[in-house]
This record gives sequence, C-alpha cells and structure tokens, in this order.
Amino acid sequence: MTATQAPPRAVGPAERDSFASTLRAEWTKFRTVRGWVIGMIVAAILTVLVGLFAAGGVNIGCGSAGAPARSGKACLPYIPHGPGGEVVTDSFNFAHQPLTGNGSITVRMTSFRGEHANINGRPAQAGNGPNMAPGLMPWSKAGIIIKQNLHQGSAYAAIMVTGSNGVRMQDNYTGDTAGLPGNVSAASPRWLRLTRSGNTITGYDSADGTHWTEVGAVRLAGLPATVQMGMFATSPNYFVTSPSFGGASSQGGPSQATGVFDHITVSGNPAGGTWSDTPVGGGGPLGQTGPAGPAGLHGASGPAGFTHADGTYTLTGSGDIAPVVPGPGSSLPTATIEQSLAGAFIGLIAIVVVAAMFFTAEYRRGLIRTTLTAAPRRGQVLAAKSLVAGGAAFVTGLVAATVAVGVGVPLETSKGQVVLPVPALTEIRVVVGTAALLAVAAVFAVALGAVLRRSAAAITLAVVTVVLPFLLTALHVFPPGVGAWLMRLTPAAGLAIEQSIPNYPQVTNVIEPARGAYPLPPFAGFAVLCAWAAAALALAFILLRRRDA
Amino acid sequence: MSTTVQARSSRQKASRSGPRTNGTGMLAALHAEWTKLRTVSGPAWLLLGVVALTAAVSAAADGATHCPAGLSCPVDPTKLSLTGIQFGQAVVAILAVLTICNEYSAGLIRITFTAMPRRLLVYAAKAAIIAAVVLAAGTVAVLGSVLAGHLILPGHGFTASGGFHPVWLSYGPTLRAAAGSVLYLALIALLSLGVAAVVRDSAVSIGAVLAILYLFPIVLTFVTDPTWQNRLERWTPTSAGLTIQATTGLRKLPISPWGGLGVLAIWAGAALLAGGLLLRFRDAG
Repeated sequence: MTATQAPPRAVGPAERDSFASTLRAEWTKFRTVRGWVIGMIVAAILTVLVGLFAAGGVNIGCGSAGAPARSGKACLPYIPHGPGGEVVTDSFNFAHQPLTGNGSITVRMTSFRGEHANINGRPAQAGNGPNMAPGLMPWSKAGIIIKQNLHQGSAYAAIMVTGSNGVRMQDNYTGDTAGLPGNVSAASPRWLRLTRSGNTITGYDSADGTHWTEVGAVRLAGLPATVQMGMFATSPNYFVTSPSFGGASSQGGPSQATGVFDHITVSGNPAGGTWSDTPVGGGGPLGQTGPAGPAGLHGASGPAGFTHADGTYTLTGSGDIAPVVPGPGSSLPTATIEQSLAGAFIGLIAIVVVAAMFFTAEYRRGLIRTTLTAAPRRGQVLAAKSLVAGGAAFVTGLVAATVAVGVGVPLETSKGQVVLPVPALTEIRVVVGTAALLAVAAVFAVALGAVLRRSAAAITLAVVTVVLPFLLTALHVFPPGVGAWLMRLTPAAGLAIEQSIPNYPQVTNVIEPARGAYPLPPFAGFAVLCAWAAAALALAFILLRRRDA
Repeated sequence: MSTTVQARSSRQKASRSGPRTNGTGMLAALHAEWTKLRTVSGPAWLLLGVVALTAAVSAAADGATHCPAGLSCPVDPTKLSLTGIQFGQAVVAILAVLTICNEYSAGLIRITFTAMPRRLLVYAAKAAIIAAVVLAAGTVAVLGSVLAGHLILPGHGFTASGGFHPVWLSYGPTLRAAAGSVLYLALIALLSLGVAAVVRDSAVSIGAVLAILYLFPIVLTFVTDPTWQNRLERWTPTSAGLTIQATTGLRKLPISPWGGLGVLAIWAGAALLAGGLLLRFRDAG
C-alpha cells in the first residue's frame, strides 16, 4: 500500500515504483471483476470434483463361489513394500541355502529360455499346455541372488541374465546396472559371481570364467548375519496393448522362464551346500499350486520347478522382482496420486478463459488505451498482467490440488486400489507442480491474448495445444512413437510434472500419460511448457510495442 | 454490391410486412444472417481454417502411421484418416460461438432484435446459416482427409492384401464415416451456437464448449470402472458422436455409429433449446 505512495522522482526507484503501481493496478482490475474471481473459484471446485470422480470411478469386486461378494479393500492381496517404501512385486523361484557371515557364490549359465501365454489363442491356462508360446520377456530374469530372508519385499542384491537386456546387477527393486551385453547360450555362456563382505555385496560377470569384471557393488543397510543365497528364475507378465475406440485395451497373461546353471561354487557356507527350493511370493513354475515340497524338487507330480543332475541345475519361475508401476504391466489394481488430479484439465480450461480475458477484455472495451496511457511501458503492463494471472492461477491450483490429493487418495484406497506410495518430496512436487502448471498455462493464455487480441482464438489455441496432445495420445489415435513426440514437443509436455512413479528402465511398460507415464522427466517436460509460454510472451512483447493499441 | 442493396431492401420489406408472414420473415432473416457472415473476413478465415487444419492433421496422422508387413496392426484406416476432425471441431466451435457472441459484445444484438423482433426467427436463421456453411466446409475438409488417406495409407502397409479395407467412398462404411463426420461438425456447430446463446460471452462460451468437447474423453481415460467407462462412451457428445468414424470392430462398439451421432444430436438439440428459451425470455444484453 505505502510503497506506491512514494513520489516517482529518482530514476532507479521510480522504475521499480512504476512497476509496483502497474502491478497493483492490474491486481485491482483482476480482483474487482466479479466474473474472474468466480471463474477462479469455479476452476478450483471443478478441479476437485472431477478429480474425485476420476479417483472414485472404480470399484474392485471379488469373491468366490459360495462366499459373500466382497469389494474394495477386502479384495486386496498382501502387498509387499520394498526397503525404499515403494510397492514391489517380489515373486520368483528360489533355490537357496543360508549364508552366515561373508562368502560368495559363483555359477555358469548355459541356457535361458521361456514361454508365455499365447493371447492369440484361447485364454491362457497355466502349465505347458498348447496355449503357451515359446519366448522370453525382455525382462525375464535368472541368476544368483543374496537376499535378507525369504519374505517378499526384503532387501537383496542379484546378478542375472535377462531376456533381452544382457547381464544386469540389480538391488532393492529399483537399482539396475548393466553388465555384459548379449544373450546366453551354450556357445556363449555367462559366468556370474556375488560376494558378500559385511553389508556390501559385489557382483561380477565373465564370459569365460577366468576374466572377471566387476559390474557393481551395493550396500544393503541392516543386512543380518545370516542371509539366503542361491539361484533364482522369474519372468514378468506378458502383455500387448492394442488401441481400440476411445482407449486402449491390454491383453496378456503370465510367462515363465527357465535357467540352466552349472559349475556352482559356494564359499563361506558352513551348511555344506544343501539346496532348498522356495517359490517366494508364489513365483514357482506356472501351474504349481501351493508351496513346493519334495515333489517340486524331483518332479514327482506337477511341473518341476527345480531339478538337478550331474551338477547341472534347472530352475523355472514366474513373476518379477521389481517396483510396481501403474499401467497394463501391473498385476495389481494400481492407482497413482496424480490420478486424483484429472480435474486439473477442467481447472486449466477455466483458468485459461479468465487469463485470456484478462488481456483481451481491455481491447474489447477500449480500456487498453487508458491502461497504456497510464503505464506507457507496455512491457510492464504485460509483465504485471502475467504475474497477476499466474499468481492467481497458482494459488487456485495449489488449493485445488491439495484438496484433490488429500481427499482423492483415501478415496482410491477405500475403493480397493493400491495407491502407489511416493516419498513426501515427490508428493509435494506433484501438488505444487500442478499449481505451477496452471500458473504457466495462465501466463501462456495472457500472452496469447495479447498476441491474438481475440479471446475465443486465444483460449482455443491455449486449450487445444495443452489438452489435445494429451487426449490424442491417451486415446491412441497416433501410433505410440508419434504420441510420445507430441508429449515431448507440445505445451502438453508440462503435464509430466504430475508423474509420481518414475519410468524404471528395468520394467516393461507403455508410455501412457493417462496411466502416469510421460516420455520426458517431470522437470524437463515442465521446462518445455515454460519455453512455450516464454516464446508467446516474447512475441506478445514485440507485437505490443510495434502495434497500435 | 447488388446483393447488399438487395439485402437492405428485403430487410426493410421484412420490417414492414415480414413479421406477419412466416415465409418472408424467415427468408429475410436468413438473408440478413448470410450477409452478416459474408461481409466480414473472420468467418471466411475460420472456415478456411477448418478445412486446412482438418485435412493437414489427418494427412499428418496418415503419414506418421506405418504397418510393417507381417505384423497385425489394430488400426482403423478410415478413422485414422479422419483424425483431423478432432482439431477441426475446435475451429468450428469458435465460428459458431462468435456468430452469437460478436453481436452481444458489439451491442449489435439490440439493433438486430429491433429490426427483427421475432428473436427465435433470428436464432433459427443463425443456426441454419451456420449449419449450412459448416456442412459445406466440412465436406471439403472430410473429402481432403479421405483423399489423403486414400493416397498415403496404401504405401504405408495398409493394403487390401494385408486385410485392410480401402479408404475411399466406394466402400460403404467409409462413406458412412465420411458423411457422418461432416454431420458431426455441423452438430458441433449447433451445440456451440446453443451454448453461446446461453452464455453470451465469447470467452466463457468457448471455454464451456471446449470443456464439453474434450473433458469427457479425458475423464474417460482416467476412469477405470467399466460401468462408468461404458456410460461415458455412450452418452457424452464427442465419444458417442465420433463412433460414426468407426469402420472396424463394429461389433465391439459401445454404441452404434448412427446411435452415437444421435446422442450428439440430442446434446446439440438440448443446447439449442436452452439457448432459444433464454433468448426468448431474457433481455437482450
């Protein structure tokens, strides 16, 4: 209030003051037009309501014959969480023995093969029936692992061969380091070694068993003295996504992978090398029900998960050891925190309408001449309008996003969805990022309003460039590659700021914005939107100076 | 020049004797609205924009899509060739909204209603003229899109030997999709006109129309409950209306192509009705 009262005499302060008074004038204009204030409130309300509808528009039902139907939370299976707090899949076939203290395991792998549900035929059935087609998944895995215990979600480090990603060393579900490339075969075997020294586990690989390369070393905090060490095999679900009218449908089914191990050397183990077979998290071969007893060991009945003869061990498993990501690859009814922010799109439309009008209304009523007479520095008027509209949009968005996530996430949970937990900082980035997204969209609309001087055209351009690329990608109107480029290059890239679960390279999934996977990292995508807004502002600045009011 | 003079004389005639005789009144109103539309440059540019944007985006979608030999591509070639409608409809919405809102913002609406006191006649004339010009521009836009698909797609693996139907009007479903897409654009224009008559402000109107067009499909991508998905697919204007473009997998559609266009027609009719009632009983702003 008082800052604007200073007489504008000295050159330096005068410019600051004149900007401050321009800013104050614009803020007064904004807050005294009732329709604009109502527009912002409507934006917040619609953001929350539509978000809650999207978050709550699901009901997971379950039930078995003879039992009363259940729904919601009661349907959820046990959900393992990794050491980092994320929801994980932890299902694999584990041939293990205890290791106390330091030690190491070395194996040679000569074969890795797999099969998956044949979705072109009848629905997939478990087992090696005619409905299985041969083939490994890109992230089918078999190798050696040192794991805290036999519980799902416990800490581990493993080195493995994969379906098509070469040798990898992975730890605690999210860590992933590449080793030797290429696939394993009898002609081109892979030697793998893990050593434990205290809490540090080091992985090595070799093509010949004599020349070893260290792939990586990881520290597993709080590893107990006695851990489980051994061979494992697992293979994630097979799925294909095909576009259909109004959305994409995913089909898929289970897969299993079989690894063949020999030249097994175990050091530091007092137990003397007796292998037990445990399908951790039901990760045995398909068709095997219940825990694998002795029958599973020697193939007396049911598919054999673990067999050995003359020092050669064959291990078959299904499942995955990986973080759970939203989308068709997930076996759980997953949801993300940003799903309750679907209403931000309608909020965005309302805010863009108000922001564009904030500039174009001056042209319509001829007020722009008065404004520019009072504040002849036209760039300042543009800056002040951008700041006011962006600031108002930020506050509106922040309130709406906080409420939407605060109410939407418990709602999703109560409907039986697994809302993938994220660190507090990520949650703050998603909520504040949504507010920032709306603020930059408002600035974009103000600038377009100044360039086009017609509210209908400015609003349509702002809405269409932000919303339509997302929609067309989500509806799979374009092939996936084109959709991904749209989401990188258009202002819609800014929506990536809402992505809460990272795109893990070691998990097969599709880039599907509606399921929370954008092609660009969050801040890179947001920077693309900012660049568009900056370009529009620059154009507006140039035109505003050159054109008559 | 001569038509302008005629327009003026016929309007004068209409104001003297028109209100009593229906036919002359409607003709005069149509003539007046046509003159308004014809004599400013905005609508012509917007119609050109509808044609150019629709055809260009459709051609770009065709050009970006390849079906390598030996792979099964779950693509509907006709629907792909008509992708540009998604963008063209936004320009159609601007055109329709401005037809109403420009009169309100300039205060011209008071002159219009003084000259033609039968407001619903003016409104019907606006709707008829806007539908006619959108039908004309839409026909060109859709023909351009189909032609682009016809020329581009066979070279990208969408051949008859690959099991794909030709993208050409001689194929029944493609003809239906093309004709339906033209009608779709006209219905979007009428829906926008109705919304604009209710709202009267161009910025708010276009915001409301864009929300109606794009919001439901977005919500549809987030909602995972099949019951709600089905409801949204069957009863929202764009999702239902665009089923008219489907030529493959017709058995699995949530609503039949013409039924879907009918749903859009219900939306357009409801918006026109609401706009008409408010126009009749409210003061002219």
